[in-house]
Amino acid sequence: MSASGEIVAGLLAPHPPHLVYAESPEQNEPNAECGWENLRWGYERLRRDLEKVEYDVIVILSPHWQTYIGTHLLGVPKFNSLSVDPIFPNLFRFHYDLQVDTELAQGIHDEGHDAGLVMKMMTNPDFRVDYGTIVACHMTRPQWDKPIVGLSSCRTRSYYNTEVMQEQAIELGRATRRAIEKSGKRAILLASNSLSHRHFVGESELPEDMSQEHITNHNQYLWDMEMIRKMKTGRTRELVDIMPEFTEHTVSEADAGSFTWMLSALDFPTYPAEIYGYGTVIGTGNTVASWFPSAEAR
Amino acid sequence: MDTPQSGFIKGLLVPGLPQPLLAPEQNEGWMRLRRAFEAARDEIAAAKPDLLLIYSVMWPSIIGHQIQSHPSPKWVHVDELFHDLGSMPYEFRVDSEFSHGFESAARERGLTARCVAYDGFPIDTGSVVALKLLNPDNAIPASIVSSNIYADRAETIVLGKAAADAVAAQGKRAVAVVVSTLSNRLFTEFIDPADDCIHSKKDDEWNRKMLEFLAAGRLEDVAQLSRSIHEQVRVKKVVNFKPMWWLSAAMGQHNNYQGHVYDYAALYGTGGAVVSLTPVPQGVGEKEFDEDDVEHWQGDRQVLDSEDEQTATRRAAGASFPAPPNGADDS
Repeated sequence: MSASGEIVAGLLAPHPPHLVYAESPEQNEPNAECGWENLRWGYERLRRDLEKVEYDVIVILSPHWQTYIGTHLLGVPKFNSLSVDPIFPNLFRFHYDLQVDTELAQGIHDEGHDAGLVMKMMTNPDFRVDYGTIVACHMTRPQWDKPIVGLSSCRTRSYYNTEVMQEQAIELGRATRRAIEKSGKRAILLASNSLSHRHFVGESELPEDMSQEHITNHNQYLWDMEMIRKMKTGRTRELVDIMPEFTEHTVSEADAGSFTWMLSALDFPTYPAEIYGYGTVIGTGNTVASWFPSAEAR
Repeated sequence: MDTPQSGFIKGLLVPGLPQPLLAPEQNEGWMRLRRAFEAARDEIAAAKPDLLLIYSVMWPSIIGHQIQSHPSPKWVHVDELFHDLGSMPYEFRVDSEFSHGFESAARERGLTARCVAYDGFPIDTGSVVALKLLNPDNAIPASIVSSNIYADRAETIVLGKAAADAVAAQGKRAVAVVVSTLSNRLFTEFIDPADDCIHSKKDDEWNRKMLEFLAAGRLEDVAQLSRSIHEQVRVKKVVNFKPMWWLSAAMGQHNNYQGHVYDYAALYGTGGAVVSLTPVPQGVGEKEFDEDDVEHWQGDRQVLDSEDEQTATRRAAGASFPAPPNGADDS
């Protein structure tokens, strides 16, 4: 571990269960012939880049652990169970076995609490880890040999609006950075969300039939491209500034706060993101991207 | 009134938050709701139904409407928010035949629907709470249907009618249970359970107005107020407040019920009530009806396409069309 901990990479790591289904790892019960290669091959390129850096822990904020009272963190050292996607149970029934860095989780909890955020440790051993966390972690590090820290999505937007969500997520990002620095650990941060997020409401008979896959509507595509343009040109503060409009117009999953949280923890990078791929999954827009603070790692 | 030979013989509204199941002793209102569940359980048992059909707003779906059909789903469930209240082990008895019949009936009416029967499927907290408290010994077979996040009034009404079709086709005497709070604004900070109350006076007033209607048996009137209810006291998580649309459609879209409000109390700021509705020959009639009925779901209307198929075909064939007048748009 380094004397002072650091964030070695921030990732935009979407979690459609279709990607794991198409990868067909042994942990997942259903198997596919293929599918969603733009994104899966994007994740492959991301994994190659991650081989160039050393890290101790994966810290992830998932939209599919939804909490309406504050931000919660996984607080049990080990989880071993079956995750069945409530929306796509035909595609994702994944047997997971993961370790949690409860020390760092407690550190983030304490920093957030000290900053005035509502924080809570989740210590029930029967708790089932959400599929968003599992999909994004598997696609990023399929070896499952790194401990994770799992943060819930505080649904502030539902109770107030996107601006309030962002304020909360920005503060949580700062708290996360401080906790990582104090821990002496090297961490990668996963913002696990799609961009535009209007789904199809039907599914083709063969889910991996890529002749049926496209963005739900052109408006969403244009917005996704605008957001990616800002990522590629290092304009992350602008990106966060237009997040309310983006979220409103595209029903974006960024309303979970995960993307804003990650960019805040990186102190809003001004260097270009690496875009590994863009693709749609049942009509939603997704991109795999990274920000490496170290110039040598880019 | 003679007991119906088949159809929905009762409808219930119950809250889905876990406090009445896991921690009723922590708050006087939570305990009253627990007692209300138990009284409703006795009412259901006395009616001797063949089926409990749960519509839970806490089970969202995207690909149409999902219907639980695993004959004996089993798990140890933990709520994602109130995980510190404890675990909820369950094993339910599901009427798979009915679930498949419901799926077919939904498709007959144009809906996308599918059964789910997977070991470990995550049954939502609301359904778990309702089934454990209303049917603790699994004496009555059950089925559970999801709430599609994109479905609005028309689709939800058609889903309710499909449920009625399926019940009638199988000659069952069923109880429909909607799992939903009234106002749904939770406190956004942790509270001492003893201090629980409805989040605002406005929420409380609206909740009591809904309960006044339901006590008078005016289910369809509450259904027709759903858009206003959503606007006034629902945190905007989904497109609309849908459970009363579904329940009223399933039970015949009228106001002829004997309503009974067992109790009403705060659940972490939200409004929780246990209400039963029993069809009776006489009621208040069609008092507030002003929204159209719908029988069949026709899907999205291609609202993003500016041309109908015939016009597009003519344009492709080379037909010319006049330009729209200036200022015709809304800019």
